[in-house]
Amino acid sequence: MEKILEVENLHVTFTTYGGTVKAVRGVDFHLHRGETLAIVGESGCGKSVTSNAIMRLIPDPPGKISAGTITFQGKDLTKAPEKEMRRIRGVDISMIFQDPMTALNPTLTIGTQLMEGLREHRNISGDEAKKRALEMLDLVGIPNPEERLKQYPHQLSGGMRQRIVIAIALICDPDLLIADEPTTALDVTIQAQILELFEKIQETTGVAIILITHDLGVVAKIADRIAVMYAGKIIEEGTKREIFYEAEHPYTQGLLKSVPRLDMQGEALTPIDGTPPDLFSPPIGCPFTARCPFAMEVCDKVYPEHSSLTETHSVDCWMQDERAKQLLAASAGTKN
Amino acid sequence: MLRYILKRLLIMLVTLWIIVTLTFVLMVSIPGSPFNSERATNEAVQANLEAHYNLDEPYHIQYMLYLKSIVTFDFGPSIKQPNQTVNDLLGRGFPVSFELGMVSIIFAVISGIVLGILAALKHNGMIDYLAMTFAVLGISIPNFVLATMLIQQLAVNVEIFPVATWDSPAHMILPVIALGTTPMAIIARLTRSTMLEVLTQDYIKMARAKGLSPWKIIVKHALRNALMPVVTIMGTLLAGILTGTFVIEEIFAIPGMGQYFVESINQRDYPVIMGTTVFYSAFLIVMLFLVDIAYGILDPRIKMNSKGGD
Repeated sequence: MEKILEVENLHVTFTTYGGTVKAVRGVDFHLHRGETLAIVGESGCGKSVTSNAIMRLIPDPPGKISAGTITFQGKDLTKAPEKEMRRIRGVDISMIFQDPMTALNPTLTIGTQLMEGLREHRNISGDEAKKRALEMLDLVGIPNPEERLKQYPHQLSGGMRQRIVIAIALICDPDLLIADEPTTALDVTIQAQILELFEKIQETTGVAIILITHDLGVVAKIADRIAVMYAGKIIEEGTKREIFYEAEHPYTQGLLKSVPRLDMQGEALTPIDGTPPDLFSPPIGCPFTARCPFAMEVCDKVYPEHSSLTETHSVDCWMQDERAKQLLAASAGTKN
Repeated sequence: MLRYILKRLLIMLVTLWIIVTLTFVLMVSIPGSPFNSERATNEAVQANLEAHYNLDEPYHIQYMLYLKSIVTFDFGPSIKQPNQTVNDLLGRGFPVSFELGMVSIIFAVISGIVLGILAALKHNGMIDYLAMTFAVLGISIPNFVLATMLIQQLAVNVEIFPVATWDSPAHMILPVIALGTTPMAIIARLTRSTMLEVLTQDYIKMARAKGLSPWKIIVKHALRNALMPVVTIMGTLLAGILTGTFVIEEIFAIPGMGQYFVESINQRDYPVIMGTTVFYSAFLIVMLFLVDIAYGILDPRIKMNSKGGD
């Protein structure tokens, strides 16, 4: 399959009065055409920063892409001039924001906000733009689209607004859609509807989706592959099945154990103790060491090498290192 | 919308009536009369004069006569300048005052907004510090001090601008700067702070994510939202400009309404006091009403109905 996006060794830093925050510290991932990749992790792990970096929407200053490449359709976006980025944003790569209550401008009509991207990038008439807008509203499941175009955001419910935001993101027919926590601010019933909408959109338009979330339920529903981020690094990556059933990184395992399940009768949830490390001075070794139940001396001193378990499944953990496996096998041998 | 406007008009009439009544009460309660400052006239002449202007009537009759003059918009002749009616004075003075006030407010709004936007976009940069220092100075220096300084420096020491009067566009520059600087500074500071806040909003990020040009993002998405608070204080600023015109007209010898307003009180020229007060109040009330309407147009969330609009 064709790779539409390849991120390599991405570093993003923020210069503040208190020092430099290393928010993203060497992230690698790729995305195929028409695929959904979920980036999961807790607050502050750098997942939103990663997505903003792809769009080059990191406020500079204080933020800066300090190293790495983002190759989108053969072009390195980290080196693209701002003018070229403007032609890519909204046209080739679109973004959906977390909170539909604040993502729409309260003083402009839905129609204006829906069509302005189209008018900016495509040389089309007002009538054609309107026709396309109505098509989009129909696609995202908004009743009475003609009437909605004249309304203002405050006249719509949260779920409706998120549909509008999705319609705005899709109106120029992008190849890549970045959804930053698209369902976090919505009611549970609406969440399910929006996720179904994503599936439907992907079927109709074949858009590739990067889904940023901390909600593993959302991931289970629509992701093809999952990348788990922790302290500015992707620590494990694999297909949905590999992450949910064969997770090897202690952090991923901890994350899965801390999610309530319907079949848990009276069992307590197992939270991950402790807090993520301070990204002003991230640890040299594995950042999860302090919270890891299996931590070894080496974990604290050296960052683990990248181990590929299958073609799709890879993990950064010393326990997956060949030498660790040999030692384990040896110790198992002596016991018997 | 129509109901709202009708309701507002009714409230405006009541407000105007209260102002008229208060003015009347204050006017009759200041000691003296239009005639006792002049050389001694004999009793009979004094009584005749008072009878001529209905000043010998009891207060409630005088009050009714004043109300009648307001309703018919005929304030009668001035007592001090008997060959001119109050309407003549207003007709001559108002266009000049209006011009001064409007040019000042337009200058204040445009330069204030531009300065505020520049400061916000270059947040914590050189332009920001300069603009805000300028704004603090503008807010702290009273207009009469600024007016005198401007005349001293730019009309007397360096003869770039005319010292006084109101004849050509060049004559407007100093009075307009003197009158408009304080409101401009207030608008600049307000625009800067609201603009900074608006620029961090999600919908601005979304506009950037749509690939819009920076210009469009600022003008179409940010400015309109940032101007809401500016429109809110426009009413207060207009009132400030209006009272400021009295002082500025005096300093620059501009033949506006201000001179009649101030003189009429000193001279107890009752019809002129009533005429100018009513006129100024009515003007300000109408302006405030227009500001409220503008607010409703700018922000679609504000509904103009009799329940939610006030």
